[in-house]
Amino acid sequence: MPVIEVAGKQVQVNEEGFLTVYEEWSEEIALALAKQIEIDMTDEHWKIIKFLREDYKTQKETATSRRVQTVGGVPVKEQFVLFPKKPAKKMAYIAGLPKPKGCV
Amino acid sequence: MTITEVAPSIVPNFGKDDDSGRKLAIICSKGNLDMAYPGLILANAALGEGVDTMIFFTFWGFDMISKARMNDLQFSPAGNTAMHLPGTNAHIPQAVMPAPGMTAMATKMLKKQIADLDVPEVPDFLDQIVAAGGHLWACRMSADMNKYTMADLRDDVEGIISASDFIEMTEGAQLLFI
Repeated sequence: MPVIEVAGKQVQVNEEGFLTVYEEWSEEIALALAKQIEIDMTDEHWKIIKFLREDYKTQKETATSRRVQTVGGVPVKEQFVLFPKKPAKKMAYIAGLPKPKGCV
Repeated sequence: MTITEVAPSIVPNFGKDDDSGRKLAIICSKGNLDMAYPGLILANAALGEGVDTMIFFTFWGFDMISKARMNDLQFSPAGNTAMHLPGTNAHIPQAVMPAPGMTAMATKMLKKQIADLDVPEVPDFLDQIVAAGGHLWACRMSADMNKYTMADLRDDVEGIISASDFIEMTEGAQLLFI
């Protein structure tokens, strides 16, 4: 598993660059990851990232876009505005979580 | 972990430089509950991958976008030889499938299984697809046969179009017929 430096910290990532250790994530790292994929973090972005982090703790799985809408309260349409093109994967990446597995 | 080497930064490829303009067109021609889902699941997945997606509803697929019928799609095990007793590999004899109440029971069971996976019902699913940027179109000939106008269809259906309009509109798209 590769180890890379993000925001001055060593973190373990998979071959695509997604963090693999939940505890290695921090808000500084999230900001750096967001910057790499050209996302400017606002309060709305943070609301989703924080929901994903919390939800993962209990579900042990990354929430899908559907779940971010139904449980996290952020409509799918808004997710596409905040994280264009591939919201589910971009949100997971910034939140330091694996890509969502669910089909829907 | 004994690895101490710092690998070069790795950033996932989210298709930033991808201007291939990938497009997907899905033709939904079935109105059975079980056959409504494959197109919706694939459309939703494609949109989540940044693929421009359109769905064309034709023949029985019209029931998916008909205001009067979209909440009442049904699943019948009759004629479906892949239907097994739940949780087993045992076939249910086809002879019992047309029994009264069988369709209602099978529909209820399927809906529950789908809901258990947190997959939305068909109208909600189409809401989500449209919210994700998907486009819905209805088939002219099917509309004429059913004497349907735009007023009978979901408000987010963008139009009733002919087969040739559809072919023109989907130039360069990958296509799925369901």
